[in-house]
Amino acid sequence: MSSDPTVLHRGSLVLKPGYADHAGDALRDLRESGDAVDFQLDHHHDVASTIQLGFWIYLMSDCLLFSGLFATYALLSSHTAGGPAGSQLFNLPDVLTETMFLLFSSFTCGLATLAMNADRRNATVGWLAVTFLLGLGFIGMEVREFAHMVAIGAGPDRSAFLSSFFTLVATHGLHVTCGLIFMAVMMVAVLKKGLTPTNRARLVNLSLFWHFLDIIWVGVFSLVYLFGVAH
Amino acid sequence: MFGKLTLSAIPYTNPIIMGAVAFMVICVVAILAVITYLGKWKYLWTEWLTSVDHKKIGIMYLILAGVMLLRGFADAIMMRAQQALSYGSNMGYLPPGHFDQIFSAHGTIMIFFMAMPFIIGLMNCILPLQIGARDVAFPLMNNLSLWLTVSGAVLVNVSLAVGNFSRAGWLGFAPLSELHYSPGVGVDYWIWALQISGIGTTLTGVNFIATILKMRAPGMKLMRMPVFAWASLCTNILIVAAFPLLTVTLALLTMDRYLGMHFFTNSLGGDPMMYINLIWIWGHPEVYILILPLFGVYSEVVPTFSGKRLFGYTSMVYATMAIALLSLIVWLHHFFTMGNGAGVNAFFGITTMIIAVPTGVKIFNWLLTMYRGRVRLETPMLWTIGFLITFTIGGMSGVLLAEPPADFVLHNSLFLVAHFHNVIIGGVVFGIFAGISYWAPKIFGFRLNERLGRAAFWCWFIGFYVAFMPLYALGLMGATRRMDHYDVAAWHPLFIVAAVGAAIIFAGIILQVVQVVVSIRQRELTRDLTGDPWNGRTLEWSLPSPAPAYNFARIPVVRDRDAFWDMKQRGVDLKSSTFVPIHMPRNKAAGFLIGGCAFVLAFAMIWHIWWLAIAALAGVIVTLIRHAFDDDRDYHLGAEEVRRVEGLHGRVEARS
Repeated sequence: MSSDPTVLHRGSLVLKPGYADHAGDALRDLRESGDAVDFQLDHHHDVASTIQLGFWIYLMSDCLLFSGLFATYALLSSHTAGGPAGSQLFNLPDVLTETMFLLFSSFTCGLATLAMNADRRNATVGWLAVTFLLGLGFIGMEVREFAHMVAIGAGPDRSAFLSSFFTLVATHGLHVTCGLIFMAVMMVAVLKKGLTPTNRARLVNLSLFWHFLDIIWVGVFSLVYLFGVAH
Repeated sequence: MFGKLTLSAIPYTNPIIMGAVAFMVICVVAILAVITYLGKWKYLWTEWLTSVDHKKIGIMYLILAGVMLLRGFADAIMMRAQQALSYGSNMGYLPPGHFDQIFSAHGTIMIFFMAMPFIIGLMNCILPLQIGARDVAFPLMNNLSLWLTVSGAVLVNVSLAVGNFSRAGWLGFAPLSELHYSPGVGVDYWIWALQISGIGTTLTGVNFIATILKMRAPGMKLMRMPVFAWASLCTNILIVAAFPLLTVTLALLTMDRYLGMHFFTNSLGGDPMMYINLIWIWGHPEVYILILPLFGVYSEVVPTFSGKRLFGYTSMVYATMAIALLSLIVWLHHFFTMGNGAGVNAFFGITTMIIAVPTGVKIFNWLLTMYRGRVRLETPMLWTIGFLITFTIGGMSGVLLAEPPADFVLHNSLFLVAHFHNVIIGGVVFGIFAGISYWAPKIFGFRLNERLGRAAFWCWFIGFYVAFMPLYALGLMGATRRMDHYDVAAWHPLFIVAAVGAAIIFAGIILQVVQVVVSIRQRELTRDLTGDPWNGRTLEWSLPSPAPAYNFARIPVVRDRDAFWDMKQRGVDLKSSTFVPIHMPRNKAAGFLIGGCAFVLAFAMIWHIWWLAIAALAGVIVTLIRHAFDDDRDYHLGAEEVRRVEGLHGRVEARS
């Protein structure tokens, strides 16, 4: 992909290659000279910024998806229908450990991004691997919690409260699982092809996704577990 | 092995259904046979099904929507016939269970698989051309959106032959849609068809927002965008804001039905009223998702055929934004009678009425654009004037319904049915036809037959009034919606008139089918060689018709609102002597494969064929991962090839 300068046809403006990342914006504000441009923008930069915008929009839509689940939980959390309430079910020390797994995984994910920015391929993959294990630990603890609740007769079909609890928390867990698959794919891709522009753009999206799930979890931890134990 | 699926799932004993199934099967077999006979499978696969070209994807959306319009209209005319017959001792020809499936399918098809594909198809065909872009932001995701939508549409049609469709209405209100009251596969078909196509629509929303924000031509600031682009931006923002809620609502209902959960059940703490809230939090923005792009279409048609620039561009943009925003805070007017309390009802009643203000601004803008213009009454303009009259009436009955006290009397009556058909046919459907007849030269390269187009318009226009004005009266007389039988003598004549109206609309649809066939056969007579058949104002008309794969050989620099009009005023030469290589995305099968897997996944889930569902899900994941490792995604179209293609359209200047 070339990074030829953008040349204005029959015009006077010539943009330097390094400037091409923002050429679209710069040209958009152009008022005079020239009726058309022969575009040859620096492909990777331009595409990468569009992909990132698209990914942000997707994240916002996902955020709305969770907002629906949170609202549902807020309404149904008191509908225990004679079954167990959150205060009888939740084990805060366990949940805190689980939370720590996820928070630290966000930290190591950040370290992976720093390693990527420093062009250190092996360190990037290494920190991703640590992140992966922490995420796996989180999922493991969540599955254990679910299995325990089902075993004592507090499964999702027991009451509306439990339906909304399981659905909200498991949707987050499902997202984390998708993130783990994404991460595994990225580790292989970086090992095979190195820190190519495509891989970099995807790693940025992966870390966005991972931090996003962290924020959602903070909401789950506060609204579901802390409130649940308090009531 | 096959879950709940047995041979008895096929309704052999029902002659009406089997007739429809036979017709459908014959059509599909005939199409497959023709493709095979012509030896076009490879061409179809490489040039269309796997295409990432937004113009081709748009055409495929339009074809899907057109076919589903016929299917949805068949349902409509069956309902009208049933209600015209089924009075007193005559029970009509449809048993209640079948009638319930028909009205559920009619609504589902018309909204999700007729109106949505039409507007997304139009956006695909035109939007990138209007903003001076060579493609959408994510071309392959665009192809995936199409195939997810097609999968949903195919599911609805399969339900006709295998099993049955939902009897719970187009929005599947709980608890009727719960397992306890709807134990069959009907609701499951409805859930999965909407879930899959809904995800496709969300992806479209992400795609077009990124396209509009990132890929405009130099000089095209937001306030220089054509109003269709503005309307599309607002629509896609609404899609991204609303469709996740549909995903959630359907997922929760799925949990209830598949895992015995209690979100919307009557027992163990479930809350059916929450379903009504959730589905309408998506459902109300949805109707604005449908109408806003068509407001954009009218805003393109009126200036072009009045020979004037649009009156009140800025107010048009702000009105569009205001409608988009207000549409998110009115959903409760769909269930004033549910007992929300006077204060809540008053709030939502007032916000609903306020929407009439920006909409009124738009109506006056269009009228004032025409005022003192040189109005040419070609087909697109006829549809537009038909819209202005019809939509205003529909809007007024909407403001009436927005008053909670009036709504208590009129809710669930045919008055409501008349109202929303008044705005959806008069606004959305007329707009779609205006858009297609306006942009047909750009999309297909030739104009549609004018005489047949006019005749079709008059049938639709008159047919609409004959079919739906009686419904207003019937609603005021107390007739409720969705009745398969009634005993009130005074209603009978009006139902017969309504059926006659439906028959007139049917004549319009037949004329449109004939119009398409005739236009294709006579395409050499109406071929658009200039690229600008209507003396247009926006950038799509600066291109040859149909636009080449790369759209713009040179990206235009925009200096004014009606960019192409401005270029014509300044005498800009569209020819060029120098060409550069153009970066292009490669066609890929991944979108089609994922769409296919999604269809299999849904079908397996509907019939509880778990192993197949797991296999199909694995298929989706494997396709995604394989695509992630596929580096052969793009290529450069050489400058000489660009020169050759531009030369075909007479756009090459001799080298100086």
